[in-house]
Amino acid sequence: MPTFNFELHELPPEAEMLRQEVREFLRAELPNLSADERPRTWGGHSPEFSKKLAAKGWIGMTWPKKYGGHERSFLERYVVLEETLAAGAPVSFHWVADRQSGPLLLRFGTEEQRQKFLPAITRGELSFAIGMSEPDSGSDLASIRTRAEKVPGGYKVNGTKIWTSNAHLSDYAISLFRTQVVPDKKHEGLSQFLVDLRNTKGITIRPIYDLAGGHHFNEVHYEDAFVPEDARVGKDGDGWKQVTTELGFERSGPERYLSSIRLVLELLNEVGKEPGERAAVLVGRLTAHLNTLRQMSLSVAAMLQAGKSPNLEASVVKDIGTTFEQEIPELVHALIGAEPHLHTGSEFERTLGYLVQHAPSFSLRGGTREILRGIIARGLGLR
Amino acid sequence: MDDLSGLLADTCTRLFTDRVTPALIEATEKGKWPDDLWQAVEEGGLTLPQIPEQHGGAGGTWDHAQVVLSAAGRFAVPLPIAETMVGAWLLSSAGLDVPMGPITVAPTQPSDRLSISRNGGAWALSGTAARVPWGRSAKHVVVLAESGGKLMVARVAGGAAKAEPDTNLALEPRDTLTWSNAPVAAAGTSDSLQPDSLWLAGAMVRAAQMAGGLEFLLSQSVKYVSERKQFGKPLSTFQVIQQNLALLAGHTAAAGMAAQAAFHAMEKGDASFEIACAKIRVGEAAGLGAGIAHQAHGAIGFTYEHTLHFVTRRLWSWRAEFGAEGHWAERLGREVAARGAQALWTMLTSR
Repeated sequence: MPTFNFELHELPPEAEMLRQEVREFLRAELPNLSADERPRTWGGHSPEFSKKLAAKGWIGMTWPKKYGGHERSFLERYVVLEETLAAGAPVSFHWVADRQSGPLLLRFGTEEQRQKFLPAITRGELSFAIGMSEPDSGSDLASIRTRAEKVPGGYKVNGTKIWTSNAHLSDYAISLFRTQVVPDKKHEGLSQFLVDLRNTKGITIRPIYDLAGGHHFNEVHYEDAFVPEDARVGKDGDGWKQVTTELGFERSGPERYLSSIRLVLELLNEVGKEPGERAAVLVGRLTAHLNTLRQMSLSVAAMLQAGKSPNLEASVVKDIGTTFEQEIPELVHALIGAEPHLHTGSEFERTLGYLVQHAPSFSLRGGTREILRGIIARGLGLR
Repeated sequence: MDDLSGLLADTCTRLFTDRVTPALIEATEKGKWPDDLWQAVEEGGLTLPQIPEQHGGAGGTWDHAQVVLSAAGRFAVPLPIAETMVGAWLLSSAGLDVPMGPITVAPTQPSDRLSISRNGGAWALSGTAARVPWGRSAKHVVVLAESGGKLMVARVAGGAAKAEPDTNLALEPRDTLTWSNAPVAAAGTSDSLQPDSLWLAGAMVRAAQMAGGLEFLLSQSVKYVSERKQFGKPLSTFQVIQQNLALLAGHTAAAGMAAQAAFHAMEKGDASFEIACAKIRVGEAAGLGAGIAHQAHGAIGFTYEHTLHFVTRRLWSWRAEFGAEGHWAERLGREVAARGAQALWTMLTSR
């Protein structure tokens, strides 16, 4: 049986020095962010904040200098990620570009694409969305039907993408289209494209509101939309391989267990310095889980730094991490029983209100729990 | 993993695979002390990996001890290896030599108190300690005892106490030992000694044993569902079985990480935070893991004939020994709450 390879990893001194610098920056930049705004973090949108972070050299940190990157380690990047998330900084403007789109272009893009996009991303000027899912294919990406049909100079696209977070705010969407129909081989014939969302005719973006009334999701409809040849990422037909690589980038980070940390901190404020027995037990249990998940997540970052592909380990962290961050509002409710609030009430009640409503998404985004456990089961040799 | 860790892991796997048979575990559970196995383990240098060479150990670190204990848990090795490591550590940290042979430690209950006093030119031990692991089998008992308000480490010979035998669920000896002015073979003290030093070390070694036990549950369950057929196909092809074992894999990985972190912190110095985290996290995984493994095995895993229970019975006992999850969670929770919300993230990232 293949086993997991989680090894304890300590951060190097330069990463710890960077941590202090990041903390000072965040304290100065976000003094008035309320507790219930902080859990939004990688859903929170602020181009101004992203530009300031970029100016510090904290976007595209590990990328080559010739593309505007800073050639720093994955462990230093890890520190910036966990500090911004723990502080609840609004990072969604650059999050996808930094985590997925940039690394995807570095690996599969053309030199022209890298020159065009990467430096702009590292300056905090370009925002990306991800166009993978379709109305009839959520996690079953191989069943997508949106067609990109070869025409002179490029492709003509028809179809509909759904759940495209921030499409209405982003400059580009890295989108997966079917460029060939290969009978009985639905993983083949897919290709990825950099779609210019602001300047492409034939694209309609419609909002899909979430159950809390928020607008992150969109439906992106293509009707005879022309996408030029040089917008394709990688070879025609290589989309499946690229997408699975890209999802690997998406599953390894601290964003997969820190979504509810603000509620843990608000819980501490609520129960005070001398909590009762039940509250103390809950605080201790949450701390033990947080600490263990952090060590595991750090271990995955260290594997990336060592040039390994810890896909299995990343799936494990995402599975138990999202389960944990999803449990937090439930456990806090069970302990305190406060009514969750929307815009009134205390910061604790509003933080609870926000997280109770958003927790269902934690085990959906980036691959459902069932899909992840399928990946882990394959790793165990069960399928 | 360094070279010595790899070597220890290989040695343990080879030795335990050959020697720790179901028949041997059964015989031990019926009360027979497995002397040959102990000799082989001791000669293999597996009992004192983290003890300095000048005190009779192998000169390695707590990280190496964790490798051995995890393997011992994986194979349900019926020996007080963990207790020997803790006892030897107490002795060597008080500057005392570590003798050969199995060692156990006392007290293991927060309410028990032992005291030593001068008896002519020598020290003598008095008091009662309940649920002493392997109390009847150990050649030496290392105790943490009070002497005029001061904490001391003392070693007494096994057999110097009146013993009332009992066992835990895994039929490992958990005996009540009573000493009345028993002769002390060696005594000393150390500045680093705290009233909860033994309690912490005990929780830590149990965490490593359980993390190893979980690895066994995972590999054994994967093996079983791949071989066993129902409704015309292997159990492993059923999605719900795959999902459950993936969950077990996650908890096993978390348990391993939490145990590693505790041993590593112990090597560096103050490990009370990591030990509390480990006993909570691993203990929780142990309960969940035993449940999933038994469900995957169906009725056969519930029989004495099948070997699954050698590990699950140990997990059910070990998670409660040296403080269950609730005990450690309350203790840790009080510390975290006392520092306040501002300090939590700083504390997590400074470990």
